[in-house]
Amino acid sequence: MKEQKTPLLNRIHIESLGIRSFAMVGALIIIWVLFTILTDGTFISVRNLSNLFRLTGIMGILVIGMVGCLVSGVFDLSIGSVVGLTGAITGILLEQMGMHYLVAFSISLLVGVAIGVWQGFWIAYRGVPAFIVTLGGMMIFRGITVLVTNGCSIPISNRPFAVFGQGYMPQWLNIVIGVFGVIAFILFDQQHRNKRKSYNFALQSSLLMMLKYIAMLVIVAVFVFSLNSYQGIPYSVVILIIFYLLFAFIYNKTQYGRYVYAVGGNQVAAKLSGIDIKKIYMKVFIIMGLLSALAGNLLTSRLATATPNAGNGFELDTIASCVIGGISLAGGRGALFGAIVGTLVMTSLENGMSLMNMTAAWQDVVKGLILLSAVWFDVANKKK
Amino acid sequence: MNSKDEETIVNEKDFLVFENITKYFSSVKVLDQVNCTIKKGEVHALVGENGAGKSTLVKILAGVYPTPEYSGTIYLEGNPCDFKNIRHAEEAGVCIIYQELELIPSMSVSENIFLGYEPKNHGIIDHDRMYRDAAILLDQLNAATIHPETLVERLSVGKQQIVAICRALSKHAKIIIFDEPTSALSDSEVNILFSIIRNLKEQGVTCIYISHKLNRILEISESITVLRDGKSIISGPRDDFDEQALITHMVGRELEKKYPRCSHTAGDVVLEVRDFTVIDPSIPKTLVDHVSFSVRTGEILGFAGLMGAGRTELFMALFGAYDDYDITGEVYLNGTLLSIKTPRDAIKRGIGLVVENRKEHGLVSCMHIINNSILANIPNMVSSFGTIDENLAIKQTETYAQEFSLRYSSLEQLVGSLSGGNQQKVVISKSLMPNPTVLIMDEPTRGIDVKAKFDIYNIMNKLIDEGVAIVMVSSELPEILGMSDRIMVMCEGKLTGEVFYHDATQEKIMEYATKIKE
Ligand SMILES: Nc1ncnc2c1ncn2[C@@H]1O[C@H](COP(=O)(O)OP(=O)(O)OP(=O)(O)O)[C@@H](O)[C@H]1O
Ligand SMILES: [Mg+2]
Repeated sequence: MKEQKTPLLNRIHIESLGIRSFAMVGALIIIWVLFTILTDGTFISVRNLSNLFRLTGIMGILVIGMVGCLVSGVFDLSIGSVVGLTGAITGILLEQMGMHYLVAFSISLLVGVAIGVWQGFWIAYRGVPAFIVTLGGMMIFRGITVLVTNGCSIPISNRPFAVFGQGYMPQWLNIVIGVFGVIAFILFDQQHRNKRKSYNFALQSSLLMMLKYIAMLVIVAVFVFSLNSYQGIPYSVVILIIFYLLFAFIYNKTQYGRYVYAVGGNQVAAKLSGIDIKKIYMKVFIIMGLLSALAGNLLTSRLATATPNAGNGFELDTIASCVIGGISLAGGRGALFGAIVGTLVMTSLENGMSLMNMTAAWQDVVKGLILLSAVWFDVANKKK
Repeated sequence: MNSKDEETIVNEKDFLVFENITKYFSSVKVLDQVNCTIKKGEVHALVGENGAGKSTLVKILAGVYPTPEYSGTIYLEGNPCDFKNIRHAEEAGVCIIYQELELIPSMSVSENIFLGYEPKNHGIIDHDRMYRDAAILLDQLNAATIHPETLVERLSVGKQQIVAICRALSKHAKIIIFDEPTSALSDSEVNILFSIIRNLKEQGVTCIYISHKLNRILEISESITVLRDGKSIISGPRDDFDEQALITHMVGRELEKKYPRCSHTAGDVVLEVRDFTVIDPSIPKTLVDHVSFSVRTGEILGFAGLMGAGRTELFMALFGAYDDYDITGEVYLNGTLLSIKTPRDAIKRGIGLVVENRKEHGLVSCMHIINNSILANIPNMVSSFGTIDENLAIKQTETYAQEFSLRYSSLEQLVGSLSGGNQQKVVISKSLMPNPTVLIMDEPTRGIDVKAKFDIYNIMNKLIDEGVAIVMVSSELPEILGMSDRIMVMCEGKLTGEVFYHDATQEKIMEYATKIKE
C-alpha cells in the first residue's frame, strides 16, 4: 500500500515545485518579450544581454549569501554598505597605495570576512537581533566608506583589475566548458535518478527528463553562441556560475546546509537536536561578508571607479530578488535556484526600464508591484 | 441513513450528521465515505489509529477545510452546513480545541482566551473585564493557580491545554470538539475535565471527543464511532463496546496485552545525578530542588508525578537545553563527571532526549521525514567535504519508519502534514538514531494509539536488551506501572519517593506525588 501511494504524493510534490519554477521562468520570458517589443529589440540585442548578465552576476553573488541569511531566519541589511566599503578599500589600496591588484583584492576580501565576524559575533554570541546589528552595520560601514574616500570617487586605472569586472572568457573555452557542462549535468542527473529509483522514490517521467535535457542543451548553446557572437561570456557571469554551483552543493548536500534550513525552520528543535546555532549564524554572516566583498570588487572593477555611495540600496534589491524567487522570510523554506531566477527577473526589470528611459522613481514603483504580486502568487497558491 | 420522515425529530436524534464525507490531500484519500450521526447534548467519541483521519474529520466540521476541499454533506440541526472558515463555524457555535495547541506563546493567558473576541469598551479592549472573565473561566476548571496575566510560554503543555479549553468555553459553543485534550493531562486533571464536560452536557452542549485513552473514553462518552484507514467502521452507543472491542475495530485484529513487560536485570550505574537544582532567576522560582538519583543499564526508570512537578525541567536542564536558568549539581556518566552546556554536548556523550513538546521543541515542520529523523545524527553521517551520505540517511530513516509502522505517503512528506501520533514517532526516531546509552523519554507515548504504543514499548524492551538505560517520564500511571522497573516520584521540584515495580500501586504513587501539597 505504501509503495503504491509513494509515487502519487511525490508527483504532486514535484508538480507543485514545478509550478513555482515554471511560473518564474514564464514571468521572465514575458518580461523579456515585453521589453523587446517596448525597446524595439534593443533589449534582446547581445550587447545589452551581456550587460544585463554582468549586472546579474554581481547581484547574484549577493543573493547567494542572502539566501543563507533568510533561510536561517535572519536579515542582513548591511550588505549595500559592505559592497561600498570593500570597493572603496580596493580603490584606495590600488590607486593611493599602489599595491599589486591581487594583494589589494585579497585584503578587501579579508575586510569582508572581518565584517562578517564582527556582525556574527554580536548576533550569535551577544544575542543582539540581526535586524539591529545589520541596520547598525549599514550606517557604520557607509559612514566609514565616506570617511576613507573623503566623499570623493576614486577612478581606477589598474588594467588587470579592470579585466576582472569588464573582461570576457576566451571564446573557445566557453564552448569547451558548455559542452562539458551539459554532459556533467546529464551524468549527475542520471546518477541522482538511479539513486531515487533504487529507493522507490517518485521519478520525473522520462518525457519530462528528455525535455529537461533538451532545454538545458538549447539554453546553454544559445547562451554560449550568442554571447560569443559579441565578445564572450563576462567573467562576472562565470564567477556567479561557479559560486552558484558551489553553494547549491553546500545548501543541499552538506551538514552546514541542512543545519541552515533546520535553524530557520525551528530554532529550538534545531538546538535540542544538538546543532550549534551560534556557529551556524557566525558562518552565515562570514559567508555573507565574503560574498559582499566579492560583489563590491566586481562592481568597482566594472565601473572602474570606487564611489562612496556604491551599493546603495542593494540590500533591499537582494532581499526582493530572494522573495520573488520563493525564499520565505519566515525562514526554513526556499531554494537557491529560485532565488537566482528571481535575481534575473529583478535585473531584467531594472535593465529594461533603464533602456526605456524610465526614471528611477517609476522603476521603484514597478519593482515594488512585482514583488507584491510574486508573494501574492505564493500565498494564493498555498491556499489551494 | 436518514430518511425524510425522520426529519421531524431531527433536532433530538440527528442533531449533527456527517454524510459520505470524502477528503483527499493531494491525491491521497484520507477520508473515505465517512458517515456518522450525533445526538444533541451527547458526548460522542471518535477513536482510531494514528492517521485514521479523526482530526481531519473534525477540522472539516470546524471550517478548516471548506467545500470544494471535501465532498459529502454535513447537516447541523437538519440543515446542510458548509462553513467557509473557522470564524464562520465559531459563530455558528462550533468550536475546536486542536490537538496541536494553537496558542500564541508570547501573549498572556487572558489575551489568548479572548483572542479575536476581546471584550471591548468603545472600541478599546477592556483589559479589566478580560482579566476578570478569564479568572472566572479558569476557576470553573479548578485551575485558579494559572494567573490570567502569565505568558502562555511560561506554562507547561498541560496548563496550556487548560487555557485552550477556556478559550472554547468562552465562546458559548453549541458543539465543542476536543481533539485529544487529555494526552497532556494527568488522571486527576482528566477527572476535572470530565466534570466540566458533564456540566456542559447538562447545559445542552454537544461534545465530540477524540482520544487514545480508551478506558477514559468509555467513561465519558455516550456513543462512539470507530475510524480505520479513513472509513467509518462502526458506530453505536457506548454500551455496545468494551476496550477490547474498540481495539479490535481500530486495529482490525486482536491485540493481546497492553504492556509487554519483560524481566530485566539491572546492571551497573550509568548515569548518576547528585544534588541537581534548577532555578529560574527571572521569577525567581526553584523548579528542581536538590534532586539526586541514578540510572542503571538494563532498567527502565519511571518518573511519575503531577503536571508541573518539575520532571520536564529536570531533564531539559540535564540535557543542556536551558540558557538562562541557574543550574547546579553534578552529573556523572559511567563514573566521570560531565559538564553539559548544550544539547550538543549531551548527545555527544550518549544521552538522548525525546522532548515533551513535539511541535515546538521536537520537529522542524517545514522539513520532510528524512531530514527530521536524521537531524540529531547528521555528524555521524557526513563523508568528505561535510556532505551528508543520503543513502545512509534514507536507509536509517526507513528502518525506523518500519519499526514504528509510521504511516506516511512518502519519506519526503513534510512532517507538519503527518498525523499527530506519527509526528511523535518521528521525534522518537530522531532521538534514537545517534544510539544513545541513556535515553530520556518525556511523555513518549503522548497522542499515540494503542498499537503504536505497544510498538514503542517493545522497542524500549529491545533497547534495554542492548544495554541502553531508559528514563521514562510519564503522567500516565498505568504506563509507569506497566513498564518501569523502578519508579521515582516527584512533587513540586523535589523527589518524594522511590518504589520498585512489584511494590508499586496507583495509590502509593499518588500519595508521593501529592506529598508536599498537603
Ligand atoms: N495537510 C496535510 N497534507 C497532507 N496529508 C495530510 C495533511 N493533514 C493530514 N494528512 C494525512 O491525513 C491522514 C489523517 O490524518 P489525521 O490528522 O486526520 O489523523 P488522526 O486520526 O487525527 O491521527 P492521530 O491520532 O495521530 O492524531 C494522515 O495520514 C496524514 O498524514
Ligand atoms: Mg489527530
